[in-house]
Amino acid sequence: MNNSTKTSKITLYGIFAALAMILSYVELQIPAFFAVPGMKLGLTNIVVVVALYVLGEKSAFFINLIRILVVSLLFGTVMSLWFSLAGGILSTLIMILLKRCNKFSPVGVSAAGGITHNIGQIIVAMLMLNTGFIIWYLPILWITGVVSGVLIGIIGGIVYKRLSHNHDEFL
Amino acid sequence: MIKRYFTKNDILLIAALLLLSGALMLVLLLSQKHGSTVVISVDGKDVKSFSLYEDTRFVIDGYHGGSNVLVIENGEAYLESASCPDKLCVNMGKISKVGQSIICLPNKVVIEIRGDSSEEEYDAVVG
Repeated sequence: MNNSTKTSKITLYGIFAALAMILSYVELQIPAFFAVPGMKLGLTNIVVVVALYVLGEKSAFFINLIRILVVSLLFGTVMSLWFSLAGGILSTLIMILLKRCNKFSPVGVSAAGGITHNIGQIIVAMLMLNTGFIIWYLPILWITGVVSGVLIGIIGGIVYKRLSHNHDEFL
Repeated sequence: MIKRYFTKNDILLIAALLLLSGALMLVLLLSQKHGSTVVISVDGKDVKSFSLYEDTRFVIDGYHGGSNVLVIENGEAYLESASCPDKLCVNMGKISKVGQSIICLPNKVVIEIRGDSSEEEYDAVVG
């Protein structure tokens, strides 16, 4: 990233944000697998994980923020905006923290991100719907969060490796 | 093969996270309260409710002419028989705790256990 100009930075961020939005859209088209609302693959997280490693903490955070705002404006509701914001911000912050530890690979970072995304959404859901009942979704969403987080982390790790092989060309 | 993607720390982290979810499940299960009412809804609308402490037998008119036979016995509710082809709802067994439910998708029937309305709030949220 040393010799990259401002323009190439803007372009790169744009590509990442667009990719995250597209993956969000793709994910919206996939129906829920089971009767558990909020259960998702977390495809978007691939972009966030890769951005975290390739572009850095701040970029990953803001790319995710922009993605959430735009996707909610295009396809979502006011309700879904709050859900996404809570999940997205919490998971991104946790991933940044874990990455700073320097002890975990993208897989561990992404697994923690997957869970905290679900935790954030459940907290908001409990506050907004004013019911404790939703906490019953937490154990299920926790486990699915780990599983999808690990898978996303593996994919993210591969993408990151490939990108850094061609570091000079792209970045 | 595994080492290509995981480090030892990752595996420890993931194991810890899974253990935590198990612990959470356990806490939730132990703090579960015995329900007091059985609420039946068909196609999203509440149609009838019973006390969980009175033994009853009731035939639910499901969606599109389906039917399920609900039995309440010894503080537990279950479906004795159903018109649906897969009988998943019958196999879901007996329910008695707040929040538990039996769902019959073909007949759009949902049977849910609720507590006293004043007890809806949780004493503490662990998570």
